Amino acid sequence: MFGSSDNFDEMHDADGAVRPAYSDYCRWFEEQETDALKRKAADCDESFRRTGITFNVYGEDEAEERLIPFDMVPRIITASEWRKLTRGIEQRVRALNSFLHDMYHRQEIARAGRVPERLFCNNDAWLPNMVGFSPPGGIYTHIVGIDLVRTGPDEFYVLEDNARTPSGVSYMLENRETMMAMFPDLFSQVHVEPVSDYPRRLARSLAACAPPAFEGSGGAKPTVAVLTPGIYNSAYFEHAFLADQMGAELVEGGDLRVIDGRVQMRCTRGYTPIDVLYRRVDDDFLDPLTFNPESMLGVPGIMDVYRAGGITIANAPGTGICDDKAIYSFMPEIVEFYTGEKPLLPNVQTWRCADPDSLEYVLDNLSDLVVKEVHGSGGYGMLIGPTASRREISKFRKKLKANPQNYIAQPTLSLSTCPIFTKKGLAPRHVDLRPFVLVSPTGIDITPGGLTRVALKKGSLVVNSSQGGGTKDTWVLKD
Amino acid sequence: MLGRTANGLFWMFRYLERAENTARLLEAGLRMALTRDLVTAEEEWRSVIATSGNQAAYEAEHDGYDGNSAWNFMLRDKANPGNVREMFGAVRTNARMARTNISSDVWEAVNESWMALDKMLARPIGQNGVGDVVQTIRRAGMRVHGALDGSMLRNEAYHFARAGTFIERADSTARILDMKYFLLLPSLSYVGSHLDTGQWDQVLRSVAGSRAYTWLNAGQIDARGIVEFLVLDDRFPRSLAFCRGALREQLAALARLHGAEGTSNELMREADMHISDLTVDEIFEQGLHEFLLDFMARNVAIGDAIAEDYRFLA
Repeated sequence: MFGSSDNFDEMHDADGAVRPAYSDYCRWFEEQETDALKRKAADCDESFRRTGITFNVYGEDEAEERLIPFDMVPRIITASEWRKLTRGIEQRVRALNSFLHDMYHRQEIARAGRVPERLFCNNDAWLPNMVGFSPPGGIYTHIVGIDLVRTGPDEFYVLEDNARTPSGVSYMLENRETMMAMFPDLFSQVHVEPVSDYPRRLARSLAACAPPAFEGSGGAKPTVAVLTPGIYNSAYFEHAFLADQMGAELVEGGDLRVIDGRVQMRCTRGYTPIDVLYRRVDDDFLDPLTFNPESMLGVPGIMDVYRAGGITIANAPGTGICDDKAIYSFMPEIVEFYTGEKPLLPNVQTWRCADPDSLEYVLDNLSDLVVKEVHGSGGYGMLIGPTASRREISKFRKKLKANPQNYIAQPTLSLSTCPIFTKKGLAPRHVDLRPFVLVSPTGIDITPGGLTRVALKKGSLVVNSSQGGGTKDTWVLKD
Repeated sequence: MLGRTANGLFWMFRYLERAENTARLLEAGLRMALTRDLVTAEEEWRSVIATSGNQAAYEAEHDGYDGNSAWNFMLRDKANPGNVREMFGAVRTNARMARTNISSDVWEAVNESWMALDKMLARPIGQNGVGDVVQTIRRAGMRVHGALDGSMLRNEAYHFARAGTFIERADSTARILDMKYFLLLPSLSYVGSHLDTGQWDQVLRSVAGSRAYTWLNAGQIDARGIVEFLVLDDRFPRSLAFCRGALREQLAALARLHGAEGTSNELMREADMHISDLTVDEIFEQGLHEFLLDFMARNVAIGDAIAEDYRFLA
């Protein structure tokens, strides 16, 4: 089942016929000359480089900035598929916010015995400072990325929830810009839902979460700023891009200071209060007075201002707990508990290695499973059984035995494939999908599409950019 | 606008200007060296390095002066922290930091220029390559300024960028004049003497003013004419008078936008009073070197006051 022809091919059905979602695109593609397309592929790279759409790789001085490879064959989703997906995503995101509120208040889900208490109390991402505090508007996770994989016509699974600081939205936007610049005629033949208003939606959604302190300041619009660790951060391009597109200031810790109970930024005219801070700095570095005292990235005293209602922090500190893969394994229970409904989007079957029976099963079947660190991200610290060497497996077995509660395991799904453009023509590669969700007291807003990540190596299931994956433009067709 | 961003823009354009001035200095040196025998060329390169202000660092690395060592030192040598490759890196780093306050045209002009230059300067530059490099640097400057002019709002960001340009340019012209004049007149010789016109030509070329000077003076080249041109002629975009005028405009615009004047505006007024109505004779009477030192000191003070007035640093 691994990398075989059993995979769901998003473009073609089992008989090799083009699926309806791709029919207009394929008709256009047939008319193109291969050489011209090859030239376009080179143009795309050049365009990304020129506009500086790069990400930084840590610890590599010379090759500090890299391009994420871009593939010019779009991943296409029909309007009806998308409607189904968004219902599932909305349900999940509502549950995530309710769960976060509950965890930092009465913990009813634990009292009801639906999840074990140790799940959050022993979790590093759980912040005691947030206990009993309700963030402005009751929103914990304002910007969410839900990672999905597809295994069949109607089968989408959630692979991961990114409730802390999901990244990649700038690639979604730039991929579309690039496609429109390279293939303008294509967009007049295939009608695709636009994504370009995401920054405006983000600005609106964040502004709708203004803190209590803002009410007193009269008819003005809330001041939104993006907090970045700085130009050496791997996602700095995205931070600058979003701030720019929102018309917000891009601030660093050194620009901020707590004055008169507000977090204020040092402007050429003096200090100006910030109402909503979209932070792209981890909890740990947010406030040296509360968390890591060594951190230069944060703002001393911001947590006090936050708790006093002087600022909205998006996403709220302590939301990272939802990114934890042990919590993920309980998501079906969590969704049911808070929404009273069955989850519309299923989880991938998950074994918690903390549980002795599961551990035994996992150890017996390592070569068929994907084993992940509970707190890990970005494809680091994981074992992909079917492609691992015997040595890698035996090394991992030792790590797993030494610290079983640090791991979960999942079967290797037969991820869907979508063609990429190679020198030899179209070739299928595995893809996943990260739609971007905005949450405010006025509602949940999901931008049609998202970021499709694609494994560039034949048969590979690893789509992370840090591990050599690429991206595609993602289309949701208009009805 | 953030104070840090204002600082970034100001320095982005200072470094851009500095890189461009270095390229012009080098270009003038190259031309001189081609018209000289080897020994004289050695003197030329010494004077180019001296004018760039890096004599000590150069001599710590090299026993003598030759073109190859000189231009590689100025363009890319790690022993010279002020090499053009570093400077352009600083232009781009500052542009990245100020990314949300510059237009994408300006950003792309910087980024593309940096990509080209960084690649060119990754390896030592030979005799046949140096001309290309110098041209690329000059074009980079023109592209970025063109993008700034054609695509930016006339807001704070624009005025900080321009202020940085003219502070740096004024400093550069003053320094070239001071150094060359010192080299040309090692003792208190008779002012206005008919010295080596080739040397004077190099001074003019270092500030890209050779043609302009010729138009205005019909080939009459002497110390008096050159000082009048580079200090007082406000038609020439690299003269001290022009740079001061342009800087004055930026500072006035910033004060208008902020609804208040600061120390920088005050210092600017004092500096203006000092230079307006001045004649060449008065400059020579006071001593050109003394005049230039005073000019440069005021320039530095205005730069510091801008940083203070607009909260560049915490």
